[in-house]
Amino acid sequence: MSPERRRKAIILVAIWAALLLAPFWMAPLGGYTALGTRVLVLGLAAMSVNFLLGFTGVLSFGHAAYFGLGAYGAGFALKFLAPSTPLALVCGTLLGGIAGALLGALIARRRGVYFAMVTIAFGQVFYYIAFQWSSVTGGDDGLRGFARQPIDLGIATIDILSSANAFYYFVLFCAALAIGAMGFILRSPFGRTMIAIRENERRARFLGIPVDRHIWIAFTLSCFFMAFAGALYALVNNFADPRGLHYSQSGDFVMMAVMGGMRSFWGPLLGAVVFVVLQDYLSSITINWMSFIGVLFMAIVLFFPRGLLGFIRSTVKA
Amino acid sequence: MTQLLLFNVTNGLIIGAFYVLMALGLSLILNLSNVINFAHGGFLVVGGYIAYTITPYVGFWGALAIAPLATAAIGLVLERTMVRPLYGRDPLYSLLLTFGLAFVLEDGTRFIWGAQGKPVTVPAVLSQPLSNELFFVTGYRLFMVATVAVVVGLLFVLLRHTRMGMRIRAGTLDLETVASLGINIGKLRTMNFAVGIFLAGLSGVLAAGQLGLEPTMGTGLLMPSFIAIIVGGVGSLTGTLLGGLLIGVASGITAVFLPAGSEAVMYVMMALVLLIRPRGLLGEEGMMT
Repeated sequence: MSPERRRKAIILVAIWAALLLAPFWMAPLGGYTALGTRVLVLGLAAMSVNFLLGFTGVLSFGHAAYFGLGAYGAGFALKFLAPSTPLALVCGTLLGGIAGALLGALIARRRGVYFAMVTIAFGQVFYYIAFQWSSVTGGDDGLRGFARQPIDLGIATIDILSSANAFYYFVLFCAALAIGAMGFILRSPFGRTMIAIRENERRARFLGIPVDRHIWIAFTLSCFFMAFAGALYALVNNFADPRGLHYSQSGDFVMMAVMGGMRSFWGPLLGAVVFVVLQDYLSSITINWMSFIGVLFMAIVLFFPRGLLGFIRSTVKA
Repeated sequence: MTQLLLFNVTNGLIIGAFYVLMALGLSLILNLSNVINFAHGGFLVVGGYIAYTITPYVGFWGALAIAPLATAAIGLVLERTMVRPLYGRDPLYSLLLTFGLAFVLEDGTRFIWGAQGKPVTVPAVLSQPLSNELFFVTGYRLFMVATVAVVVGLLFVLLRHTRMGMRIRAGTLDLETVASLGINIGKLRTMNFAVGIFLAGLSGVLAAGQLGLEPTMGTGLLMPSFIAIIVGGVGSLTGTLLGGLLIGVASGITAVFLPAGSEAVMYVMMALVLLIRPRGLLGEEGMMT
């Protein structure tokens, strides 16, 4: 094993160990398990945004729409179809993912700032639908009246509804599946092609790669991951919020990804930790928490374009 | 019914004129510097609040003249210090920066002026309805539309007949060539940014008279301006003008028949434009890829 690979393996083990033991080390540090669960779900969402931003090089500023659709899809399934948590996850993921696939076909031909602009505008469509169609979605109040259900494994039942720790591990299991899938795709020839497009779109085109189609597929995959995170988020809150579809929520995800480091796989998770913990802490001591986060974010954009993880990496190497 | 329709079409035109003012500023900055200014709404709010603060001293008319200039000055400083270093990088960075700036501007206004909304009084001359039949056309609304028309006219004169305007238009088409002809494009971008922010500040003063002031109002007004640009066509200011009026009128008419859809109709229009004519109504081919 080369030193580089060994270093990577050690870091990977450390990350998973930290995640697995989170309920035990968080409490002494002043955290609580539910906060950890939230960070994990939002981190997964930020990683999904980054799947597109960091590895294909196109910025979607409307990804909250697919996150929110995932949440509503899960809520609808629990409320109207059947009281089953896995079914809710599947329904939410499909709703957001399919919407993303359809719109992605329209969006994938745009590039750069125009891509961002068009994704925002389409995302807002879903926000307005969720906000205005109150007979179905609950409107401004959000979708209520459902709750996550215990998981029945046949031999045993896992009570994720009342036990915060059991629910954390359930979310961690789901997130691990999604993160594993993401890593697998990025290592595949398709993932390598995404990176090639990011690095030099024109050259990729000359090599005969159908760039628009690749971007469309990457967008769709990222929407599926996003919707999965959204469905998990509905389970976290037992509630789906129309504001979860608003572009300011997309902005939060982008901020997490950029703060953590958008060229690295794990950066957005770190960004989510920093963002959520900072928001949680700052909003308890000052009403002007937005300024602090805004200034921190601007400083990172100006001085550390590779984010916190990129900064840590360059200091370790130096 | 006819009067209701007339009311809503007029209303739509007035709102559309307002979107135009906002969208033109965004469009100017986008065309020359390739920056989507997310903080545009924030600058609008700052302009409105500055007007609110100085009105007791200089009156409404004084505020109308001074507040947009003051906002433009703030924009100029921020462009110099923070946006400029990012021009060499991927355009996404400047978009991200202005997103952070929007946070700070919104929160800054809340910090200085408080989260509570502020009512703004307009001069009595402007607050009278014109006649009993046309009760909905107050002098202020007419004044808003007239101001927008004059400013848009002036902007087009500036762009067509002054040296700076011609440079801005040339830079929109090919910035590299403009630079190689010995024009200081850093300065050009700064001036262009300031003009865009001036328009945002002016929108803020006008909006304050109509809607009152709230720190969060900028966010809601930003999105229709985006749509106006996409519908009208990126790269074309005339397109932006047309796009703004169109979505204003469309949402006005929809409000008659389906009040809940008045906001959504703009997005439907945008989706249709993107499907049928992706470059926008008057957009140049290739500007939006």
